[in-house]
Amino acid sequence: MDLLSPIKDHHRERQLFIARVALLSAGSLLLLAIVIVRLVQLQVLDYEDFAAQSQGNRVRIEPVPPIRGLIFDRNGRVLAENLPAYQLEMIPEQIDDIDDTLHRLAALGLLDALDIPRLTQLAEAGPRFKPVTLNLQLSDEEIANFAIQRPRFPGVDFQPRLVRHYPHGEAVAHAVGYVGAVSSRDLERLEPSRYTGTAQTGKTGVELTVESTLHGFPGYRHVVTNALGRTVLAEASESGDALPADATPAPGNNVILSLDLDLQLLATELMRDRRGSAVAIDPWSGDVLALVSAPSFDPNLFAVGMSGAEFAELQNDPDQPLFNRATRGTYPPGSTIKPMLALAALETGATNLTRKTMCRGYFRLPNTTHRYRDWKPEGHGEVVLHDAIEQSCDVYFYEISTAIGIDRMHDYLEMFGLGRTSGLDIGGESSGLVPSRDWKRRAFRNHADQRWFQGETVIASIGQGYMLATPLQLASAAATLATRGVRHRPRLITATEDVVTGERARDPGEPPATVDIDNDYYWSSILDAMRAVMHGPRGTARAAGSGASYRMAGKSGTAQVFSLAQEEEYDEDEIAERLRDHALFIAFAPFERPSIAVAVIVENGSSGSRTAAPIARAILDQYLGFSKYARK
Amino acid sequence: MRVSSTGKFVAQRPAPLNQFTRLVRSLNIDTPLLIGLLLILGVGLVVLYSAVGENLRLWLNQLVRLCVALFVMLFFTQLSPDFLRRWTPWGYILGCTLLVLVLVVGEVSQGARRWLDFGIRFQPSEIMKLAVPMMAAWYLHERPVPPTLRHVMTLLVLIILPTILIARQPDLGTALLIAASGFIVIILAGLPLRLLLMLLVLAAPGALLLWHFMQDYQKQRVLTLLNPEADPLGAGYNIIQSKIAIGSGGLFGKGWTNGSQAQLEFLPERDTDFIFAVMGEELGLLGVLTLIGLYIFVIGRGLYIAIQAHDTYSRLLAGSISLTFFVYVFVNTAMVTGLVPVVGIPLPLVSFGGTSMVTLMAGFGILMAINSHRKLLPH
Repeated sequence: MDLLSPIKDHHRERQLFIARVALLSAGSLLLLAIVIVRLVQLQVLDYEDFAAQSQGNRVRIEPVPPIRGLIFDRNGRVLAENLPAYQLEMIPEQIDDIDDTLHRLAALGLLDALDIPRLTQLAEAGPRFKPVTLNLQLSDEEIANFAIQRPRFPGVDFQPRLVRHYPHGEAVAHAVGYVGAVSSRDLERLEPSRYTGTAQTGKTGVELTVESTLHGFPGYRHVVTNALGRTVLAEASESGDALPADATPAPGNNVILSLDLDLQLLATELMRDRRGSAVAIDPWSGDVLALVSAPSFDPNLFAVGMSGAEFAELQNDPDQPLFNRATRGTYPPGSTIKPMLALAALETGATNLTRKTMCRGYFRLPNTTHRYRDWKPEGHGEVVLHDAIEQSCDVYFYEISTAIGIDRMHDYLEMFGLGRTSGLDIGGESSGLVPSRDWKRRAFRNHADQRWFQGETVIASIGQGYMLATPLQLASAAATLATRGVRHRPRLITATEDVVTGERARDPGEPPATVDIDNDYYWSSILDAMRAVMHGPRGTARAAGSGASYRMAGKSGTAQVFSLAQEEEYDEDEIAERLRDHALFIAFAPFERPSIAVAVIVENGSSGSRTAAPIARAILDQYLGFSKYARK
Repeated sequence: MRVSSTGKFVAQRPAPLNQFTRLVRSLNIDTPLLIGLLLILGVGLVVLYSAVGENLRLWLNQLVRLCVALFVMLFFTQLSPDFLRRWTPWGYILGCTLLVLVLVVGEVSQGARRWLDFGIRFQPSEIMKLAVPMMAAWYLHERPVPPTLRHVMTLLVLIILPTILIARQPDLGTALLIAASGFIVIILAGLPLRLLLMLLVLAAPGALLLWHFMQDYQKQRVLTLLNPEADPLGAGYNIIQSKIAIGSGGLFGKGWTNGSQAQLEFLPERDTDFIFAVMGEELGLLGVLTLIGLYIFVIGRGLYIAIQAHDTYSRLLAGSISLTFFVYVFVNTAMVTGLVPVVGIPLPLVSFGGTSMVTLMAGFGILMAINSHRKLLPH
């Protein structure tokens, strides 16, 4: 403090303080007096009224959860429904020996003995009149079994409720998703007043994405309770007729998906016992016709509720059944990108349709010794672009790769939707990766690693190296080839349907930009080469294309899981199953008027044309109505 | 020791101290205040046992927290006000830093970002409940009172900064309490009444600002107060049920653990914010008036200690702690009886939960410290 500031007058300060304390005390007492007057008003003057209301408070307001909307495929077949189920409950206050009751129920197989400590704790923690759920879903047999034993279990009973059921369980699990018990984390996101009384909420897939559409709005009803707070029937009480009006819940809207259930079931069957994914898209609308990730899991386990051990088993399965490979799995696209690169090369002038290359089975950059090998050790001989696609000649693409350059490769592949999320409406996608100089600068911290090498451009031209794509992206790219550059955002959700009015709503959304290649001759030539892959005399997938009563276009791909040393030979038999190459295939059909595009990836399937192509063919057959599996 | 009218020290010669009294003295405890607090805590435990549905585990939980709070009080009782004053600015700066940290990296729980986790989880806003009035008292300690307009403006900034930080978490209840504790210091310091009026006029745009900061659920609460029946299942439910609980208690109540509203779970949040309604239902008007009486006694004792304090800092701080405690009592009881909107402020020393109790008891520890470390200054 400096000397100029006024000297404190302690006496005056204290007097002032006392005056202020007096003032605030008076104010406080006045406020308390208001509270006390209010208390007197409530507890003395209006006592009779409130006492009556408290008596009448045998009437309890109970939320009534809405019925969740159904999910259908494009042909109106049910993918997710609500089924009545019975759960076993006990009311602690009506049971003398809870421990004994639980053990006897466990002996009958009606509950898991391991659950007893948890249930005992639940029974002790909550109010004694509040039911404790012992078993979420009783089978018919269990219901019958319990019905006979019922007199031995006072205070235990079964109660009906609706559970979500997925009739085609595993087949649609990754697309439709599943519901599970509302967790405290869900409640941070959901509106609590809409979820009073709701036990389950969407956790993944469509169930999560359109949760607010599917859920509906709860209503409430007035229920009469007895002196112990248990609900009794409204008719049974004399005040029953005086109950205020209830509010009925507004059911959730139905959701119609683009999936074709038959196609989805077939694709699931074809991918059985494999790891991988198959995605089919209608190229002219972006409708996802099939979205399979294998192996899959039974979503009903989540809807009914499973034990911790069961969940741990799913989570720790090395085949990762919970992982959605179709949208999140990223794989080197391998030779499947060749048609797109060929278009880029034509458009940029890096090659033309008549340029010839002599393929001797390997390629060397000028002034270097490293050999980039073709998949065919003896080479393809003299090839033009058409042959290079038909036979999947790597050397041709190695040669033109440096002329296109990595940055232009990146730009064109991105136009086909690689390297960025496709915008599928259920979200949760990986963006994959299409490298570029710019990307490498950003991705690496070490200056030496930031440089782009020509050799990296070379291997990028056959979809190896840094490049990664999801099955969904490849299917979308195949669809873009089919439409000659017109793109549509892939979508699973085509419409929502108001359950009450039957009104349908669609949201077509903004289509993405068209691929910037205008020369129709280029498109025709490259697509023709893709047709030759299936039907040409030397097409890599001619075996898969044979005997078809329609024409199709395709491209195989084989992606290395690990790299071979320079002189090593790839020997399938000696390589552990999980180190084998991934098999990829993209296709669309019919060639003249494409109505379906597919991408198939079989992890460690060794060869795209031998493993993945027949699967793609079967999917095309089914959709176009030529299937030996076709539904009668 | 006492000071005689001549300003000389005179030794007190009372009856020989028994051992208990000696212990209490050596711990700097103020006996009347302690008795008042223990009575409130005792009544609280009785009511709480009923409010948690006779759940012994939860009740013992609260008992443990209560013991912790008492120890915290004893700890603060040992600190001299001079020591507190010297450290006040640092405490304030630390508190504000932690509040900023909460907004950046805090843990989200039930839609609000209030917690920090450094091994132990805590709410920095609790520190500010004490740091803000301490800071205001510290600022005025060496400046002339009544404060000038310039000083008042500085003080307002010091108070409003943490208030806004806490309101953004969002935790409107605590923000209001902290703002109140600071304003009380300014008023006690002798803020000229015309300035007070001016501030009240300025409060109108402040209220608009507050409305802007409110979350939808908080706006809903205000609207619900005006017409609780509009949303009987949602926001209005609490107030309707709480009024029924209190009203149906009558003069003598329905008897301990016999409140149908509370025990049948018609009354929401019966063990926390709405515990006053449980008491009203089960112990009646006489019960709640007894509790209010105990509150008045504790607040009165606190204000007495404030008046007896010998320096500006102690005086303002003691006054603010006591009157902020009153704000707690008033807001909670007025909210439960439907006089003011539902803001999340618990009934002090009675509601279930340990965080706010520890802070409150720390405040009472400071009150006792101020009482026993009185500086011997001539009048």
